Amino acid sequence: MNTRQLNTVWAILLVATLATWTIGEVGKHLGIAGPPAMLTLLAISFVKGRLVVLDFMGLRGVKFFWRGLLIGWLLLVSALIATAYWIALT
Amino acid sequence: MDPASVPAPASPGPATAPPGDLAIWFFILAELLAFGVFFAAYAFARALNVALFDTMQQTLDRQAGALNTVLLISGSACVARAVEAVGRARSATGARWLLGGVACGAGFLVVKGIEYAAKFEAGINLSTNTFYMFYLSLTFFHFMHVILGMVILVALWVKTRQGAYGPADMNGIESGAAYWHMVDLVWIVLFPLVYVMR
Repeated sequence: MNTRQLNTVWAILLVATLATWTIGEVGKHLGIAGPPAMLTLLAISFVKGRLVVLDFMGLRGVKFFWRGLLIGWLLLVSALIATAYWIALT
Repeated sequence: MDPASVPAPASPGPATAPPGDLAIWFFILAELLAFGVFFAAYAFARALNVALFDTMQQTLDRQAGALNTVLLISGSACVARAVEAVGRARSATGARWLLGGVACGAGFLVVKGIEYAAKFEAGINLSTNTFYMFYLSLTFFHFMHVILGMVILVALWVKTRQGAYGPADMNGIESGAAYWHMVDLVWIVLFPLVYVMR
């Protein structure tokens, strides 16, 4: 990772945080509420978490095993949160 | 020297081990497991009491939560820049970036402290209700990790200033950095889950 790539990742993370905050503040008025909002928030946090794992933690060039463990954690946690959310709806 | 006798550089296949010490990665995995269980417990507790959780979530300071996300992400970016600089033998630059990481961490603690103070002033504690039991214990568990992360960053800063790390000796700084990024990673899930999702 060179400095330009690291800065790009930083910028993407900031924009993604702004998106999460926006959904919290005015999501309802934008028509993003309920399950679509939940799925969007999970997708945003997955994208952010994946970038932190690959580029900040430096696992991008490392054997799949290690990337798989951390990105697998993100996927598992997201799936559990989505399942609990779905149970709450029914 | 006959160019043909120079061995071709080995193809840069994927590194077998992650950056830093292998031990820190087992520690990170254990931490992620603990936070993962905590997140799932929160989500399923909410499923049992949606009305309470959604009402109580509205009493949280979402601006403070978002600001803290920005601080942790920026702190993580600073530390990634520090590792990059030390990897190019620029210890002084690396030390400055580490200080930036410490400053972001300190900012996080101040913002979270203000948030906690407001909640305690409102008479909120662990036994207020299930939502606040989760909010306080989950965020405080993370808060303690930020403090440990800052202790690690300060130690890295001291050693980096002394020039203890360099392109040939990245193990220490990469290990500490990985821990700090883990603290950021956990908050990236915590913020939308606890402050925004409803």
